[in-house]
Formats: sequence, C-alpha cells, structure tokens
Amino acid sequence: MAQSAASVAVLSSDGIAAPSANPGSASSLERPDLIQQNGQREVFCGLTSIVWLHRRMPDAFFLVVGSRTCAHLVQSAAGVMIFAEPRFGTAILGERDLAGLADANEELDRLVKDLLERRPEIRTLFLVGSCPSEVIKLDLAKAAERLSRQHTGRVMVLNYSGCGIETPFTQGEDNALLAMVPLMPRSDEDQLLLVGTLADGVEERLTSLFQRLGIGLVRSLPPRSSTELPPVGKGTRMLLCQPFLSGTARALVDRGAQFVRSPYPLGVEGSRAWMAAAAAAFGIDPATVAAVLDPLVERGRRALAPHREVLAGKRLFLLPDSQLELSLARFLQQECGMELVEVGTPYLDRLLMAEELALLPPATQLSEGQDVERQLDRLRAARPDLVVCGMGLANPLEAEGFVTKWSIELVFSPIHGIDQAGDLAELFSRPLRRRALLQLP
Amino acid sequence: MELTLWTYEGPPHVGALRIAASMEGVHYVLHAPQGDTYADLLFTMIERRDRRPPVTYTTFQARDLGGDTAELVKRSITEAVARFKPEALLVGESCTAELIQDQPGSLAAGMDLGGVPIVSLDLPAYSKKENWGAAETFYQLVRGLLKDQLPAPGFTKPDPTRWRQEGRRPRVNLLGPSLLGFRCRDDVREITDLLADHGIEVNVVAPLGARPADLLRLPQADLNVCLYPEVAGPVCSWLERSFGMAVVRTVPIGVGATGDFLVELGEKLALEMSLVGEADRRSRLPWYSRSVDSTYLTGKRVFIFADATHAIAAARIASQELGFTVVGLGPYSREQAREVRAAAQELGLEALISDDYLVVEKAMAEAAPELVLGTQMERHSAKRLGLPCAVISSPLHVQDVPARYSPQMGWEGANVIFDSWVHPLMMGLEEHLIGMFRHDFEFVDGHLSHLEGASGPAAAAPANGIASTAAGTQSRLDHGPGTSQDTEPVFTAGSVQAGGGQELGLNWSASGEAELSRIPFFVRGKVRRNTEAYARDRGVNTITEEVLYDAKAHFSR
Repeated sequence: MAQSAASVAVLSSDGIAAPSANPGSASSLERPDLIQQNGQREVFCGLTSIVWLHRRMPDAFFLVVGSRTCAHLVQSAAGVMIFAEPRFGTAILGERDLAGLADANEELDRLVKDLLERRPEIRTLFLVGSCPSEVIKLDLAKAAERLSRQHTGRVMVLNYSGCGIETPFTQGEDNALLAMVPLMPRSDEDQLLLVGTLADGVEERLTSLFQRLGIGLVRSLPPRSSTELPPVGKGTRMLLCQPFLSGTARALVDRGAQFVRSPYPLGVEGSRAWMAAAAAAFGIDPATVAAVLDPLVERGRRALAPHREVLAGKRLFLLPDSQLELSLARFLQQECGMELVEVGTPYLDRLLMAEELALLPPATQLSEGQDVERQLDRLRAARPDLVVCGMGLANPLEAEGFVTKWSIELVFSPIHGIDQAGDLAELFSRPLRRRALLQLP
Repeated sequence: MELTLWTYEGPPHVGALRIAASMEGVHYVLHAPQGDTYADLLFTMIERRDRRPPVTYTTFQARDLGGDTAELVKRSITEAVARFKPEALLVGESCTAELIQDQPGSLAAGMDLGGVPIVSLDLPAYSKKENWGAAETFYQLVRGLLKDQLPAPGFTKPDPTRWRQEGRRPRVNLLGPSLLGFRCRDDVREITDLLADHGIEVNVVAPLGARPADLLRLPQADLNVCLYPEVAGPVCSWLERSFGMAVVRTVPIGVGATGDFLVELGEKLALEMSLVGEADRRSRLPWYSRSVDSTYLTGKRVFIFADATHAIAAARIASQELGFTVVGLGPYSREQAREVRAAAQELGLEALISDDYLVVEKAMAEAAPELVLGTQMERHSAKRLGLPCAVISSPLHVQDVPARYSPQMGWEGANVIFDSWVHPLMMGLEEHLIGMFRHDFEFVDGHLSHLEGASGPAAAAPANGIASTAAGTQSRLDHGPGTSQDTEPVFTAGSVQAGGGQELGLNWSASGEAELSRIPFFVRGKVRRNTEAYARDRGVNTITEEVLYDAKAHFSR
C-alpha cells in the first residue's frame, strides 16, 4: 500500500513554503546532478492548451491575439478540424496593426463584436496573448477590461498568455486558470476543490469516490460551465489534478485555500495517495479510506498486471514535453517495474513536485529544459527500450529503431485515477507489444 | 487584424521549411520562440517522414529577450554548422523574431562559417503566407547558388534545341515538387517515366531530393518544366530572364493537359513525338469515361476549391474528360488568381478567391454540388454537408499521403483521378437498381452503396439526419430506364439542409409529405429543395402531392 505522502501545507503568499518535515521534501534527497540545458526546446507553446480547455468549457471562446503561426500551431497540434466552427480562433495581426496605422485595440474591439454577434452562446471570452502580442506589448488585460465593460451582462472577457517565450505547452492551462481565480466567489464553507482539467467522465467518477469517502462537497476548477466558477476560501482544500498548475496553486492559497500535498493521480498508488491525502485533509479516518479504496486498488493492480509483464525491466527515457513526465516516471517505475534512464521536464517546480520526487529512486537522472540535439545524443548512447516524446520526434526515433510513445496523447486521454491506471499503462505497453507483434523485414 | 479559425496556409517560414526539408544537404537556422518547433510535426506526422526536418530553432524565451538574442542566433548558427555540416545554409526568422529585429541573415553573413553558402531569407510574416514563402525560398536559394554562373548582360540565349547539335538526348529540369505538396513524390516518378518514354532525360528534380550541388547544374538543362507554379513559378521566370532558359508551363494533370504538355515540350525542344493514340494506349480514363456505366456521371454537379494549379486542372478534367458540370471553382491563394478567373469564366462561373473556409463552405452549400473536389478543409465542410468529396490539393492530411503509388500527373495520374473522383459517387448501375427496387420492403432508408461506406464522407449522413445532400444522384423522382440523363436542378441559395420547408410560410401537406417519404432518401433532400423552389416561384404555400409532381415535371424538362 502506498504510504500517505500527504500533509497539508499552507504556502506563504510568495509561494515558497519552508521545507516541511516530511521526508518527501526534495531538498533532503541525494540525486545525480540535475541536467539543466538551455538550447533548442522541442516543446509546444502554451496556446496548445486551448485544445483541451475549450472542450472542458463549452460556453467559452478562446481568441488568440497573434500571428498566422499561432493559428497554424493550434490547428496542427490539435488535428481536430472536425468542428464546423471551433470555439477558438486567432485574431491575426497584420502589418497595419504593427505599423500603428490602425489602432490595434480598435481592431480588436471590432473583431470581438463581430465574433460575439456570430456566436451568441458564448459566455466567457478568453483573449489569449501570444509571442507577437507580448513583444509588441499589446495590453490584453486592459483590452479585456474594456471589452468586459462594452459587453457587460452578455459576456465576461478574461485574458491570459499562452505565448511560447514564457509558457511551455501545458502551462497555458495554468495561466488560463490563474485568470479565473480572481473571479471566484468567496466562501469559507468546507469543500474539496479539484484543480486542473479532467475528462468529464473521470471527474464524475472521482467525485463520487470522494463522496463515498465522506467528502460532501467536491468542486472543480475549471468548471464545466465558465460562468459557474466554484467559490474559494478558508474551508477550501485544494487538490491538484495536474502537476503544471504552479501559478494557480499559489493564487488559490492566497485566496485562503489549503494546499493538499500529494503525488498526482496517475497510476493506482499515485491516485490512492492523492485521494488519501484529500481524506486526511478532511480528517477522515484511514480505516474508512482503506475500506473504500482497497478494493479499487486491488482491482487496479490486476488491471496493471498484464502491462507490467510487458514493461517490467524495460528502460525508459522521457523527453520534456507535457510536464507530466515526473509523475509518469514515478508510475512506470514504481508500478510497472520500468527502469528510468532520464526523466526530462520543461521546468521543475520543486514545491509542486516534492512528493513525486520523493517517490522516484534516488539515482534517477533528471533533466530540466532542453538542448534537443544533446539530449538525443544521450538518448542514442543510452539505447532505451521506450522513449516518451513529442510528435515532432516520434517517427524519426522510430526510424532509428527506438520504440516511442507520443506524449500529446497523455493530455487528451482520460488517464487519472485508480480505475484508469490500466489504461494509462496500456498507452505505454502498446508500442512495445506492437513492436513484438510485427514481423517485418 | 483578421479573424481566422482554420487556415489553408501556414506562415511563410513554414514554406521555407518545406524547401529545406525537401532537399538534402540544406540546413535552416530559424530564429523563433519556443513553440514554433510545432512545424516539425507537419513533416514527421502528416508526411510520415522518418527524419526531422533540417532546422535549428533558436527557441528564445522571455529571459533571453532581456539579454542578447543576437548572440543566441550566432551560437545556434555555429552549432548547426558544426553538427550538420550543411552544403548550404538558410537563415531566417519567424513572426516573433521579425519583431525583435536581430537580422539573423546579416549576423550569419558576418560569421566565419568555413565558406558554407548562406542564403538569408526575408519572409514578411505579417503579410505573406506559406506558398509564397516556399517559392521565395526556392528562388533565393537558386539565385544565391547560381550567382557565379550568371551570364554577362547581352548574352545569347541558349537554344533549347541544342541537344541535337551536341549529339545527346534532350534534358530538362523538373521544378517545384516539395514536401507537403500534393502527391509530388509520385508525380515526379510518373513524369520522369513519361519523359523517358519520349527520349527526354531529367537533368535535375528540385527542390524534392536535390542537393545544393544539383542546383548548380540547373543551367545545363535545355529547359525547365514548371510542374508546380506555386513553388517554382518565380524560379522558372528568373532562370528564363537571367539564363535565357525556356520554360514549359503546361501542368500535366489530366489526359488533355498531359497531351498538351507533351506537345509543348516537343515544340520547344524541336523533338518529334508521335502522340497519336498515346492517351488511349497509356491511360484508362478515356475509355472508362466513354464506357456506358459512366453515362451516369453526366452533368454531376462538382464544386472545386484547391490551390490554383490543382483547381484549374480539376476544372478541365471535370468538364472535358468526365462530363461533370462545374458549379464552383476557386483557389485559396491570390498568387495565380488571374488564371483561375479565366478558367472559371470559360465555364460561365465567377471564381471564388478566398482563404476563409466559412465563405467557401457557404458557397459550397449554395452551389448544391453532388461532389466536392477540394483540400483537407473542404473534406471537412463536405462531411458536414453530407457531400461526397475527394481531396485534390494541399493542405493535406496524413491520409492524403498514401502508401501506394498514386500520382495526379501523367497517364497514370489520370487513372488515379478517375478512380478517386468517381468512387465517392454511387456507381451507375447500382444507382439504377436502387431506383428500380426502392418500393420493395427490403429497401430501407439508410441503404448505402458499399462504396459510400468505404469512402467515408457520406456514410455518416443518414444517421445524423442530413441525408438530404448525401450521395449525389439524379434530381428526378423516378429512375425509369430510358431517362437516364440528369436534369439541371435549380436550387435556391441558402436552402441546403433538409427541412427547408419551415421557411417563409411554406408547408407540406400530409399527402405531400407521404409522397416525399416514398422517394429514396439519397435524392429526397434534393427533391424537397426543388419542389420548394418551384412552389416559392409560383407563390404556392402548401405543397401537396400534386405540387410535388408538378415540380418533377418542371425539372425534368
């Protein structure tokens, strides 16, 4: 049974809590030196998170203020052109906007007005900053305020940045949620707040499990309806569903929420520890937790067993991409028996990752940031059995003889919770099983 | 500022990437922020490439902006040259880097890179797009590499027939094929074989598969074949101007155009070619199109939207080689708008020139076609409207890069086109049989041709209730033998979806609805629209069984 790595810590407003007495704090560990590299990064920018955020909140529209590149990125990364008219788009800056010939703000107002007329069902409009809008210092916060006033009672206009110069891939969600935090009503009632986008089905399942544990009130950020923001206050225990929500976590703490520290809900043990941490934060008796979760854990382990057979002893290399890498590494090592060659992450938030770091074997080689050519040199030298990487690298590595798993699938698939652990393991065992099946010259 | 939901083209630096990735021995250093590396997946996923495109991105971050991004550019260039040892180096910037004005091209020019030819790319990201970027990059690269070979002013143009005096075979360059272009890989093979059959050698194919050294040999050819004007237009014009090289501009897509292509080649090279009967001997399209089953293709309404080259070619094939009626024609880029306008005018149409897919979708719906020939974008629009569709042009999807040999150009290309355009339609005999047996109890709504199911686009239509325009077929009510010609349907703009009857006080009587329900589902929507249009024209408010038959009689004149 996984130890409960849970403790409830209140972060100071600058977000840096004193290292707790918990043995899980990262500072107490001896590790190989962290490889920190600052070269070419093969990581999507934060705009990509629009792809799952807009599905979570069907009454929201995400308007990127950027360039043709931004539009092309979202379209290419998403590969979801099945929608007649998607609930995201790009206000493409033209030469006139840059040259100041047209007042970019006036242009934006006109475009938003047209958009809202066309899409009357939209209740929340996110203006999403991009690299070009940041560089030309287009003030989208001001624009959002102005537009909110113009469309009072009709639509709420928020802004955040998804720009790649500041925001890698999944951190776009952090910025989007952060923009919503100030609008959350205040309430000190006891509640569990799940923070981070989950698949709707998974959210329902987890909520019902928390209720079985005796936690009556479970709410989510982001909510399914953008206008029904959950309240926050002293009675709020905040449980992160995703490990890339550093800014949001800190902002919620500033609003009075208690930060429930835990590994993330990936895998049977991680998910159990995650739920147990929430239960502990509500003072629920461990025996109750065991009574509810143990049957699930037992079943979850059975679901993992066939995948463990494929994965055990195999050597894993994770390239930095989705920011889920540490949690995945912990799951695949601890529960599936894989050996970790290198665990890359776009950035390492030691506070949010403390519990995960504590569960990784002491000798795990971590790397932060990227210099893709050098990292690939290390990868080729290490010859891992499975590589987790982005879509730009997967086929080229397959062609070199490596077995790969693309990481983008991990942010689109329902993988959280004890019941999904088997499916999560399957995502990794499938490429290996496939390689074993194929009898090709 | 312009609102874009889905785009036909990426930014111009993606065009440059296509040129770099198409070639061997070329490396591209792109000054671009973190995130712009997404472009790699266009090649590794859509084209299913087995290697990364040869690009080094500087992937600068916010913290670099406070420091020296120019230094980052120089470091990236140094490292890329050391690691990849390119034979030519492209240096450029993406939209964000353009704003911070580091001028990577000038930085590279000031560096000692051991004599690697450097081509600095200036691709205005806020006014130009992908195809323009590809053409400009190809042109700058060729121009940069050939600058030492430029003939002196007043030079004598090389004679494209000089191969005869030199006692060798004629040789030509094939210019324009690139990655993410439509079926370029197979077109090159098809055209190379076609030329070989006529004793013509290929000197250089570029950019696809070419090295910088190959570009140095371009002037050795007797002429240039401009296979894809979107990419090779400016290069061909420059080589014509600066080196006096003749250009063959007929794009050999379709039986007629392939014949014209050979004629143009023969004339320019002064090469005798016996072309009589070649089309019939080498391609099945002419016979398949003449065969009786194809009678059912007559007058099928087809909507065409693609890049200019493929749109123009498709319009000619559709109207002249398959006997379709072209009801819409347009390109998404303005670069060859004039040519498309001319082609549209010949067909009595006004060309639709737009890069807004919603405008295109609306035009498509209003044209009420039975088949859509378009890009990946139109495939989605057609799916929503329940129309069969074949993809004929970039932008493309992984499924438009098939494993099998499937060119668009030359004789085999015509065969591929026949199959891929006709298969989404219901086959003639099958359509006829469904008409005959439609009153049998075994016949239920939702019956679809096996080909419909296999081809996908229309398969989902009956299930979600938009069967009205599915499975383009005749506009008649009855499919009696002997009346197998399509009539010309008349539609009113806007009434595309089934159930347009609610509008403007039009309603259907019980008898009218009952009669409508006896009509096979795959023509029902069209009959409904025709009848409503007829009723509106005559000020009839209630559509009875008799009105329906009046409308039928009217439209089958």
